[in-house]
Amino acid sequence: MPNMSLKKNEMPSQDPNVRNKNFLEVALGYTKEQAIDEAQRCLHCKNYPCVQGCPVSIHIPDFIAKVAEGEFEQAYQIITQSSSLPAVCGRVCPQENQCEKHCVRGIKGEPVAIGRLERFVADWHRENVKEDPVAPVKNGHKVAIVGAGPAGLTCAGDLVKMGYDVTVFEALHLAGGVLVYGIPEFRLPKSIVANEIETLKKLGVHIETNMVIGRVLSVDELFEQGFEAVFIGSGAGLPRFMNIPGENFKGVYSANEFLTRVNLMKAYREDSSTPIQHVKNVAVVGGGNVAMDAARCAKRLGAENVYIVYRRSEEELPARKEEVEHAKEEGIIFKLLNNPVAIHGGEDGFVNKIECLEMGLGEPDASGRRRPVEKPGSNFELEVDCVIMAIGTSPNPLIKSTTEGLDTQKWGGIIADETTGQTSREGVFAGGDAVTGAATVILAMGAGKQAAAAMDAYIKNKK
Amino acid sequence: MYRIVRKKVLNPTVTLMDIEAPLVAKKAEPGQFIILRVDENGERIPLTVADYDREKGTVTIIFQIVGATTEKLNHLNEGDCLHDFVGPLGRPTETEGLKKVAVVGGGVGCAIAYPIAKKLHEQGAEVHAIVGFRSKDLLILEDEFKAASSRLVIMSDDGTVGTKGLVTDALKTLIEGGEKYDEVIAIGPLIMMKFVCKLTKEYGVKTIVSMNPIMIDGTGMCGGCRLSVGGETKFACVDGPDFDGHQVDFDEAMARSTAYKPFERAQHEATCNLFKQEVK
Repeated sequence: MPNMSLKKNEMPSQDPNVRNKNFLEVALGYTKEQAIDEAQRCLHCKNYPCVQGCPVSIHIPDFIAKVAEGEFEQAYQIITQSSSLPAVCGRVCPQENQCEKHCVRGIKGEPVAIGRLERFVADWHRENVKEDPVAPVKNGHKVAIVGAGPAGLTCAGDLVKMGYDVTVFEALHLAGGVLVYGIPEFRLPKSIVANEIETLKKLGVHIETNMVIGRVLSVDELFEQGFEAVFIGSGAGLPRFMNIPGENFKGVYSANEFLTRVNLMKAYREDSSTPIQHVKNVAVVGGGNVAMDAARCAKRLGAENVYIVYRRSEEELPARKEEVEHAKEEGIIFKLLNNPVAIHGGEDGFVNKIECLEMGLGEPDASGRRRPVEKPGSNFELEVDCVIMAIGTSPNPLIKSTTEGLDTQKWGGIIADETTGQTSREGVFAGGDAVTGAATVILAMGAGKQAAAAMDAYIKNKK
Repeated sequence: MYRIVRKKVLNPTVTLMDIEAPLVAKKAEPGQFIILRVDENGERIPLTVADYDREKGTVTIIFQIVGATTEKLNHLNEGDCLHDFVGPLGRPTETEGLKKVAVVGGGVGCAIAYPIAKKLHEQGAEVHAIVGFRSKDLLILEDEFKAASSRLVIMSDDGTVGTKGLVTDALKTLIEGGEKYDEVIAIGPLIMMKFVCKLTKEYGVKTIVSMNPIMIDGTGMCGGCRLSVGGETKFACVDGPDFDGHQVDFDEAMARSTAYKPFERAQHEATCNLFKQEVK
């Protein structure tokens, strides 16, 4: 008999007033008992609606069945047939818009906690299974991956399992991309990312750090070196700013810079050699997951008041609901329907105020969200000593400018086929933020997975 | 790992190192920079390429000991390795078509100015080099500049070497004396570049400066290295580091460069103290 509780088993978490002062993981994970109990809520629908919502098509009801039986390693093996980074996805996927959105249990009550179960299984495996994965038999073909973020790592994982000799080129000194420079420790511990990458290495993936493709080697040179296909997953690029006065005062950061200092360079630790300003009042501009991450990091670094300044209403916040709730619990103050018009600074060159305008909501725009409309004369100022701009990024121009015949959108995104990742250059595939602009980890992983299949087909057909 | 194959103390605060990094050496061009980390928990610091040897596979860096990382770097010796060394980053200096150029270097900025002077000289351009230092003890690359220019003017703040005065004084004298430059390339402290640009603007001589703002990744991701150039936001790591000096907002760049001064001073002191303890 399935467990007919209408509610998901709650995720044990650190108390909000404790966790907003540390960088330890917020969610603590299910116990075995909680996981088995939750797994029993799955009805094992014949048509698998949840799987259709998963960008990497994990066989969800099958792995959940194994969890219900207490066969956690078997569950892990089912997940890893489809996903190379289960411990990551279980933590950062917006399941509410994907697998869980399609769950039949969600029609009346809450859907099965698929994400939490995935996380449980991945963590159980990491803690309990010490045997190395078996490296697949090589097929004698070489492929190159540009960028060791979610798209690139997924593509690498799938290709290595098919027998390819895979080399991943990473520009930074550490592999992981946004998983290590962007998403904070308290949401995705870096040791977990490192462990997932270690697993890929054991499968035979070569990772070369400090390699900026487009500078040290061009895509053409990769082909000259014998790589038969190249996947570009170079990720999000330069941060956007609002082009309002005062954005270059000291204390104004892009979210990329702020998060990179805190996460990749560990500025939250006393012994870090990378500095960060310790500030009292912070305005984070933007309403996405990146804005939530930046705000919650600022709070943990000791800021007293952290504001999210967003020009639309709560309804339109692009961040995951769970992230918004977590931020609120931790004391982040939401200044909704407010749009910055200027940043003011003192004689010392540091920011001291952000000037905003109140907004109303008009007719829906092209995105279907109601368009924010300025209320003239409603200007007000917030006293802040730090402003973090989290309003998106535009693609890195490096690869585009050094790869002939690679077509891009007007805004810089690489043009790639939606189902194969094929670009305008033969043998060159692309996916993730480099193609879509800033999106989610799982969408990038989905693109990496599709591209891996297409690269395999391309190389096989070429023979 | 990237081995230090040569270390040479140029003056009490400036050191030269040849680093084994064949892939970087193969592609590096004057004007580009690298980012290095000394150890596993080190910060990433950008340094402009001072020279390269494509055959030996080495890249030369010249650095001034100003903070914790350069202090640690300076304590390494030949045979030691750097944890990370990535590059070449940024766009190379554009030298094509230039026939007569004044290359102006200030202090350790001369390390960046030198490979540009050398490249121009090698491609047949007439190079006038003007280099400035606080005093004789700090003079670097004199022979190198001599070999890479048809005219070398050395200036010092205290008159202990060359002529007493600023590089702008020398540049003004040359321009007033009738020298017609296609371009002035100025590399040094922000304040020096600002005043070189102020001067050349009066005479209508195009001036390129090399900017070295605070940077983290150096690959076009963090946005920390942004500058206002001609009223637009530009990123030194991918749009530069060279910019039209007459368009750069130097006052803003100077303000931004001091964002972490107190932290940097404290870190440097702490590092020095650590080294002192080790010696004991």
